[in-house]
Amino acid sequence: MAGPDHPAAAAATATHHAADHADHALHSPDAHSGLEHSDESDFDDEPYASDESASLTWISWFCSLKGHEYFCEVPDSFIEDEFNLTGLSQSVNYYVEALDTILDIEDDANEPQFPEEIEAIDSSAEILYGLIHARYILTRQGLDQMADKYENADFGTCPRVCCAGSPVVPCGRVDLPERDSVKLFCPSCSDIYAPPSTRYHKIDGAYFGTTFPHMFFQTFPALVPDEPISPYTPRIYGFAISERSRAGPRMQWLRMLPDPLPDHDDDGDDGDAAAHSSDDQSFVEADDGAADELLPAATATATATGDDALTESMDVGTDRRRDYSSSAAAAAA
Amino acid sequence: MPSDSGSECGKYWVEWFTCSEGNEYFCDVDEEYILDRFNLTNLQTEVHYYRDAMDLITDQVNERPMSNEAREQVELSAKHLYGLIHARYIITMRGLAKMVDKYKRGDFGKCPRVFCNNNPLLPVGLTDVPNQKMVKLYCSRCEDIYNPKSRRHSMIDGAYFGTSFPHMLFQTYPSLKPAQTEQRYVPRIFGFKLHAAAELHRWQDEQRELQKKRLGIASNGGGNNN
Repeated sequence: MAGPDHPAAAAATATHHAADHADHALHSPDAHSGLEHSDESDFDDEPYASDESASLTWISWFCSLKGHEYFCEVPDSFIEDEFNLTGLSQSVNYYVEALDTILDIEDDANEPQFPEEIEAIDSSAEILYGLIHARYILTRQGLDQMADKYENADFGTCPRVCCAGSPVVPCGRVDLPERDSVKLFCPSCSDIYAPPSTRYHKIDGAYFGTTFPHMFFQTFPALVPDEPISPYTPRIYGFAISERSRAGPRMQWLRMLPDPLPDHDDDGDDGDAAAHSSDDQSFVEADDGAADELLPAATATATATGDDALTESMDVGTDRRRDYSSSAAAAAA
Repeated sequence: MPSDSGSECGKYWVEWFTCSEGNEYFCDVDEEYILDRFNLTNLQTEVHYYRDAMDLITDQVNERPMSNEAREQVELSAKHLYGLIHARYIITMRGLAKMVDKYKRGDFGKCPRVFCNNNPLLPVGLTDVPNQKMVKLYCSRCEDIYNPKSRRHSMIDGAYFGTSFPHMLFQTYPSLKPAQTEQRYVPRIFGFKLHAAAELHRWQDEQRELQKKRLGIASNGGGNNN
């Protein structure tokens, strides 16, 4: 974490904050520990700025705003490297001023004159920071920072019941700014959802990018949750609805998962097949747990035999049997 | 009756209950339905203070003095009893009609899945036994269930809606079922698809086509091929 390079810049930081961000400091009185300045004590004696507001950089302030919980703090060193900002000067208005705002560099010569201009620079700074953020979170350091946030479930959890509260990561649908708001990607169901709170609907999806969630889970495959519980089956009075009904299930393909790849040895087939045939009769008296344990094994064997058509019909049959067995168990209970 | 005094919340207990915050998912059960003993079969054993709770729901003035504690108990029992009656009522024709209105108004919220395009949801239980699982929301477009967004809704017992309700509704009103989309989220890194995800999607598409083929044969007469 690099602070401002020289004392002049540091002093400028202090005045800049006092002028522009004194009110924002109220929202987040505690400075983020990650970005403490080494030369903080230099402006302890500022009469109009408290310690906290002086030590709060624009980046810390921005990330601590309400609704900006998804952002992580990009270190100054990343932003100061021109290479990382290639091409951004074309996509952001007031690029130089916005960059100065983000890095807390105050240039007296180019002081903005009109309130509209200040406003425009502020919004440019937000867009610029967002676009830098989208690039930063794809770097190793950025991925690490986001992994901490993911493990804290800072991004929330998947609303889908069958994902059993799997944490989600933010994601964009386009990489261009001002097109679409941020969405949440669930690694358990590989689907995207709208954030529950409306305050996130204003956050641009391009500030996270389309690539981030997948790069994240490619880098940390251990963070992908285990296989989700079996998908939801619509039932009336305990009976699964036939797919031949006009309003019957049509979307189950969306959540279907193939059985585990046939990596068992061939010897296992006979035993599993026996389990399968015995299961045919067991649907009335079998209790829920046992039936669920048994069935995936049975379908896995069917795949292993390699007869595709047979597998297909068996899959359907097994699914139905599972429905009946659990509803029978429910009725018995 | 509800239509007469719809503007005034709190005149009747049922109205007060359905108007109070957090109970937006409930519809008002007709008084005739509650008063028909046949509809309440077996609920006596499920609810404590059954008689008092029943009097409260039907606004029978109870002369008997009651301690505050007992009153609270009766209040809780009345809510429980109303929930269980509600679960039975909403799968009758009149109950379904009322819930269809609420569904069309979007009282139960919108599907959080991006590709469902804000499809309205319906409440559903995961079990018909009370005090087991909280209410979930069923999306008819992706045919999946979701947790309610707000805490006050996620604390409602799922048995007050039952496992059958949304499916019964679409069996009764099949035209309300929205068109299914084959749109889905495709994970990409720098614009390139991921192999594992693409493989899974191919497999799932194959399953979908197989189902279509199965149903195509079955539904030639009905002409309801999707």
